[in-house]
Amino acid sequence: MFDVLLLSRIQFAANISFHILFPTITIALGWLLFYFKVRYDISKHPVWMRAYRFWVKVFALTFALGVVSGITMSFQFGTNWPGFMEKVGNIAGPLLAYEVLTAFFLEATMLGIMLFGFTRVPGWLHTTATFLVAFGTTMSAFWILVLNSWMQTPVGFELRDGVVHATDWFAIIFNPSFPYRFTHMLMASALTVCFLVAGISAYRIYRGDNKKAPRLTLKTALFSAALLTPLQAFVGDLHGLNTLEHQPQKVAAMEGIWETQKGADMLLFAIPDEENRENKFEIGIPKLASLILTHDLNGELQGLNDFEGAHPPVAPVFFSFRIMVGIGLLMIAVAWWCAISLKRKQTLSKLQLGVLISMTFAGWIATLAGWYVTEIGRQPYLVSGVLKTADAVTTIASENVMLTFVMYMSLYIVLLIAYIRTLFLLARKAVEIEEYEHPKASLVPNTIGMLDLSVSGNVLGNRQTEQGA
Amino acid sequence: MDTFFTQHNLALIFAVLTAISVLMYAILDGYDLGVGILLPMNNSEARDISIASIGPFWDANETWLVLAVGLLLVAFPSAHSAILKAFYLPATFMLMGLILRGVAFDFRAKVMQSKKRMWDYAFKSGSIITAFMQGFMLGLYVMGLEYTATSLIFATFSGLCVCAAYALIGSAWLVMKTQGEIQKDAVRNTKITGALTFAGILAVCMVNPLVNTNVLQVWTQAPWAYFYAAIPLLCFAMFALGYLVLKRLPMKNDYGAWLPFTMTCIVFVCCFLGLAFSFYPYLVPGQLTLYEAASSKESLMIIFVGSVFVLPIIGAYTFVAYYIFRGKAKKLSYY
Repeated sequence: MFDVLLLSRIQFAANISFHILFPTITIALGWLLFYFKVRYDISKHPVWMRAYRFWVKVFALTFALGVVSGITMSFQFGTNWPGFMEKVGNIAGPLLAYEVLTAFFLEATMLGIMLFGFTRVPGWLHTTATFLVAFGTTMSAFWILVLNSWMQTPVGFELRDGVVHATDWFAIIFNPSFPYRFTHMLMASALTVCFLVAGISAYRIYRGDNKKAPRLTLKTALFSAALLTPLQAFVGDLHGLNTLEHQPQKVAAMEGIWETQKGADMLLFAIPDEENRENKFEIGIPKLASLILTHDLNGELQGLNDFEGAHPPVAPVFFSFRIMVGIGLLMIAVAWWCAISLKRKQTLSKLQLGVLISMTFAGWIATLAGWYVTEIGRQPYLVSGVLKTADAVTTIASENVMLTFVMYMSLYIVLLIAYIRTLFLLARKAVEIEEYEHPKASLVPNTIGMLDLSVSGNVLGNRQTEQGA
Repeated sequence: MDTFFTQHNLALIFAVLTAISVLMYAILDGYDLGVGILLPMNNSEARDISIASIGPFWDANETWLVLAVGLLLVAFPSAHSAILKAFYLPATFMLMGLILRGVAFDFRAKVMQSKKRMWDYAFKSGSIITAFMQGFMLGLYVMGLEYTATSLIFATFSGLCVCAAYALIGSAWLVMKTQGEIQKDAVRNTKITGALTFAGILAVCMVNPLVNTNVLQVWTQAPWAYFYAAIPLLCFAMFALGYLVLKRLPMKNDYGAWLPFTMTCIVFVCCFLGLAFSFYPYLVPGQLTLYEAASSKESLMIIFVGSVFVLPIIGAYTFVAYYIFRGKAKKLSYY
């Protein structure tokens, strides 16, 4: 009835797309919480603990969604792609096992202490638990990106009887694309969290929250974003150059280059037509693609026609890449625009708050678009040059795959709506609630009337003001 | 070294590790699923306390499932694919249940008061679906992964048994972790679910050898049969003892409140060993032995070395977490 390969791909893509949304947040949010906790430990100023307390709730919810959607993955590896483990299990297996052993248990166990242990354990242990949760999420990203990068640029193995066997684990772990992909993904996580925190904090201020905590988190998020956005563009460029070296057909699809040419244009817009192997409605900047990718105006770029039959579908890679870069550029502009206002005027205009609110989940879209570029860009291979996606697919009846796909999608849509609504609900609750201080945390009485919109200034310096209020 | 770490021995080691993970999962997630199954919808105070008693633990408990399925995937890839393909639909339903209850746990504490009850229902029904589907899959596994009318009936029955068993360990957990009225209710629930579980185990013990002829052979062949006989004896002794203990609970100074949970754990271990010995050396009943399904020696070795270092550490910090949250459950507050 349906093509089981296409259905399995769509189902797996939908599951993994839903899953990646949540780790993307928890990886960096864990470190942000650790930062809040350390600032609190040093200064004993309760505003850091209030920032922690609000964002740890978001963390808990996000983590739960990440865990449950991740369990699905461990089943689908075997059910949808049995050929994957048969062919490369000797490499994928240990990497996945190390992820569970060194990351999953650590983060899940420490999360309990981090969420509910503040009154039960000494402060240093709570800070340590927060650190270990952040460390665990990062370790998890490390192992899974090792595996993913190895699938893109496989090295350190030999084929025996058609099955992959590891020969050099160091080479496998630090495979050519891993350092770039890992850095690019960690920074994507950081930026996703910067814009999430900025968006939700802006929403609280927009709704009339006059407390200090949202201002502090807004400032932290915006200044980090201003620092990280240009850096991410730089890292992304390095990653692109690395891809050009190892997967030129992916770059050709990203740039929409059909014929190998010198001095290739950078296309701002086009509609790639795979049937006629050409672009329609091209708008481009002459020679810029060659300049960026080869650092030479007349540098030669390989075209898709050199890889006929072995290159990815062009249009999805081409458009995803433009969406990712477009949002990235928008992020640079917004981060600097708002950060400069904040530095100069100590406050943001309503318009700026509105823009930040509308960009709350911009990081999600950019991250997903980036993953589509790299994953669709690897097609038709599942493991570059080693295993084709079509050869790994399951023999399950396509009706069953279709049925479960519809079930997953319905559940995911409901959960995604509930998640986003709950984040904004938590923000609205935080606006109304007088923040309650736990005796242990309250060295300074709670402030009701921080009325100035100032987000700058030394927090310790403001303690006097708070006490006065 | 090399004479011990042969392909044969490594396959056995990994089968034991996978089995331990499944057993850990059944006990640990078993009690928090059980708490979900028994969630009293007419008493919001009791619901909050019940959920608070599992709050710090459930995430890590579910990780044992990921480890079990993960070990099966990496150490026995062909068995993983054969078993999970046969379980494609029930496993999907189970995952839906797990997702629903996992997120309900967090949503209930964060949404508006008026919607909290809806998420409590999601938590309860998610727990029931998960438990039932796990039992259903266990039943199909015992029946040789075949979808016939008889095996479906047995699988349905097995699903109900697992619901009862999880409810038993969940209520025994609540006996240990709560006090007052909630504890008294938990004692009563433990009696009821204990009786149901006992009946279920008895039925499975009688049906299993009838269906699987080699199972009958395993359990009746001397000299191992003498050793195996200890398993059901110990199991049924626990039920008898449990009956005597439960009649007296709750006692002064909360004496013995930990007994039902401990005894239920022993029952779980007995049932698990009983099943494991019935099917050894098969991973896919009647089709594939664990020795045939194992991955290459090199990759098993590299995971084994990691496990030797990491599993004790996991054990240690799990112990720390349970130690920190020892004693009676209090209402949860975030920070």
